[in-house]
Amino acid sequence: MPGKDRSTRRHFLKAAGSAALAGTVSRVTLRPAEATPAMLNSAIRNVVGEAPLRAGKVKLDIPPLVENGNTVPMTVSVTSPMTADDYVKSIHVFNEKNPQPYIGNFYLGPSAGRAQVSTRIRLADSQKVVAIAQMSDGSFWSASVDVVVTLAACTEEL
Amino acid sequence: MASALINVPKKAKRGDIVEIRALTSHIMETGYRRTAAGEVIPRDIITNFTCRYNGREIFRADLFPAIAANPYLSFFTTATESGMFEFEWIGDNGFSQTASAAITVE
Repeated sequence: MPGKDRSTRRHFLKAAGSAALAGTVSRVTLRPAEATPAMLNSAIRNVVGEAPLRAGKVKLDIPPLVENGNTVPMTVSVTSPMTADDYVKSIHVFNEKNPQPYIGNFYLGPSAGRAQVSTRIRLADSQKVVAIAQMSDGSFWSASVDVVVTLAACTEEL
Repeated sequence: MASALINVPKKAKRGDIVEIRALTSHIMETGYRRTAAGEVIPRDIITNFTCRYNGREIFRADLFPAIAANPYLSFFTTATESGMFEFEWIGDNGFSQTASAAITVE
């Protein structure tokens, strides 16, 4: 507001605030909530806790180039003897840029015989997908794949 | 309305590792899409899947909106005895579905 020198700064902040808010709103309309690498890390930490996460043992099969993000075939297999005292307890799959970082949690046991799970997932953008396996001894192993998506899963208006 | 498709081998030798495939028809609405009017379409997904082999749980999954529509799952188990596989899907808005398949183990 001109003429009121003392409150210029306040007005500026107000204006800046509402501009920022408007910016956020329009951004949300264009692309609703998006997970960030930080959300990915905290989602992983929720599962793994403070335990060390090592690369290896897990194989994540996703086509590196995906035409349609609405249905992407995915297979996770884990190298494990699957015996009563050495087996895969669970497999967790995460992503980086969907609206939320979780994709699925799969719980198996020694009777599975083979630690392998397949499903079809949605990917809202080209991004990194991470699979984590929890072994019966409490250790965690992981694998990640970068996927390029040409047609994103539909998070926009119908 | 909803229907499930199960694929389990009818026969197996004792100790064989068999693949189980389960698919059910479901929209898996993410809750992140909007109508042209800008209203969010409420989430409607399957959140849990369980498979039991003669009453014993052999596989369980937590599903999220990032699972594609008509969720498909494939996993393995060791054939130990003849009997039934029971499948259960649970989801939003009280969605619940069950299916079963028999296996003969020689």
